[in-house]
Amino acid sequence: MNPLEPAGARPGPAFTVTFDGRPVRALPGQTVAAVLWAAGVTSWRATRGEGRPRGVFCGIGVCFDCLVTVNGRPNQRACLVPVRPGDVIGTQEGTGHEGADHDGADDGGDGHAG
Amino acid sequence: MRAELIVIGAGPAGLAASLAASARGTRVALVDAATETGGQFYRQPATGLGAGRPEALHHRWRTWERLRDGLAASSVRVLTDHHVWCVERKSGGFTVHALLGPEQQEPAEVHARAVLLATGGYEHVLPFPGWTLPGVVTAGGAQAMLKGQLVVPGRRAVVAGTGPLLLPVATGLAAAGVEVAALVESTGPGRLARHGRALAGKLPEGAGYAARLLRHRVPVLARHAVVRAHGDDRLTGVTVAALDTAGRVRPGTERRLPCDTLAVGHGMLPHTDLASGLGCRLDGLAVAVDAEQRTDVPGVWAAGESTGIGGAALALAEGHIAGCSAAAHLRGTAPTPAPAALKARTGLRSSAAALDAAYAPPAHWPEQVTDDTVVCRCEEVTAGAVRDALDLGASDERTVKLLTRAGMGWCQGRMCQTAVAGLAGCPPAPSRRPFARPVPLGVLARQHTQEELS
Repeated sequence: MNPLEPAGARPGPAFTVTFDGRPVRALPGQTVAAVLWAAGVTSWRATRGEGRPRGVFCGIGVCFDCLVTVNGRPNQRACLVPVRPGDVIGTQEGTGHEGADHDGADDGGDGHAG
Repeated sequence: MRAELIVIGAGPAGLAASLAASARGTRVALVDAATETGGQFYRQPATGLGAGRPEALHHRWRTWERLRDGLAASSVRVLTDHHVWCVERKSGGFTVHALLGPEQQEPAEVHARAVLLATGGYEHVLPFPGWTLPGVVTAGGAQAMLKGQLVVPGRRAVVAGTGPLLLPVATGLAAAGVEVAALVESTGPGRLARHGRALAGKLPEGAGYAARLLRHRVPVLARHAVVRAHGDDRLTGVTVAALDTAGRVRPGTERRLPCDTLAVGHGMLPHTDLASGLGCRLDGLAVAVDAEQRTDVPGVWAAGESTGIGGAALALAEGHIAGCSAAAHLRGTAPTPAPAALKARTGLRSSAAALDAAYAPPAHWPEQVTDDTVVCRCEEVTAGAVRDALDLGASDERTVKLLTRAGMGWCQGRMCQTAVAGLAGCPPAPSRRPFARPVPLGVLARQHTQEELS
């Protein structure tokens, strides 16, 4: 069964975002974490120290494990941030600042900071 | 904006408090971080998902409808998308500082003569090998994603840990089409039976869950625990083992259950950052309140899970009593709470205490934490590093933190604090965090400029 079924969901029209360059289907109202879970993705961060994969843990904005890069901005909590059509979502490596051209590289812009 | 009473948190406690105070003529502003009211218990599906039967994934939906309709008919000013980071005491009142929306970059302030903290709680998870693997989520997190987003993390789940929350999580995941391979509860039936009298009121609810578990063919492994999560880049299975009456793993009982999801939780912890920032006295890890739900700081009330974990029904009763008290004090009259709420609070507090005692995590859990197990998820501090700090002479959380950085990361110890205390063999001490969430430096700088100008 699809989890949308028991709740009798009739979502608005689906749209597309990208995750690490590939197109992913999103529904209006979904957070980044929900879009990725629905696409079968459970990991979208590599830790600073050991480079280990992480994804959602607490699901309610307490733990910071689900940090992700959205439209070039790192350290967004995937469980809180709603998706918008055309969002460019990327796996966050470490702090998300490594390899950036300068300190302000994450302040806006459409692409990846790195 | 300005109100007479600011209620922080729009879950059961905050909603009941707002309605009670508003009905008694108080101008109330209800502030919450989410885009919809309801809190975690009544977490609403995102509007864009167009859920026609949201009640299918919820419990006590009629109570929610009553609260929701009451709020719509009231004069309560609802401020959603407000992430409160600090409550400031000023002469004659309080200023609530918040950050707006999911970006949390833009500040907002709300002023009032009194504040009511209904900040709820969050899930307590003790570490075990493999608990940082993607696919391992908190039980409450799995439920929040299901209720709010109508998504599940995988196809085959194990629900494990201890506490009454595991029951709705297991049945909720099963109802959403996930194969629940097992519900693994460390408490044995004997410990529940010992608290039988205090828990008698919970029996019908428990029986309802038992029937649903049976219907979804969910096997229940009582007095068992997950001792390891397996996988390289994501979860592929867990090892479960039986526990003896002392809570130790019985050697030779380990067996492996394949799964792609582990929803795990060991109870709840109260959110007390705003209260401790205001200087409110804590009782253990919860905000201390009197019979009217007043904290020891004049003008500050607290209700619900922040004053001790007790569930939604207790939060509703406490919220109502707190809202009545705050309204009365603002008017200079005597509080008039419904007698039913006072009676309910007494009974529910005693069953909450019984549940808390019955569902304590197994006493010997640190024995299962290997030296290479990450304890502090943010700073990647292992149990081995914590044990080294203890060998160096650290005997409490704070010293371990200074020697290892455990608790110094993004979540500020919310996820690892009790584990560090458990490994150190001391009771967890309440943390003092000046801000309840990260605040951009630009917001603080602007704050400072405003103060200089005023």
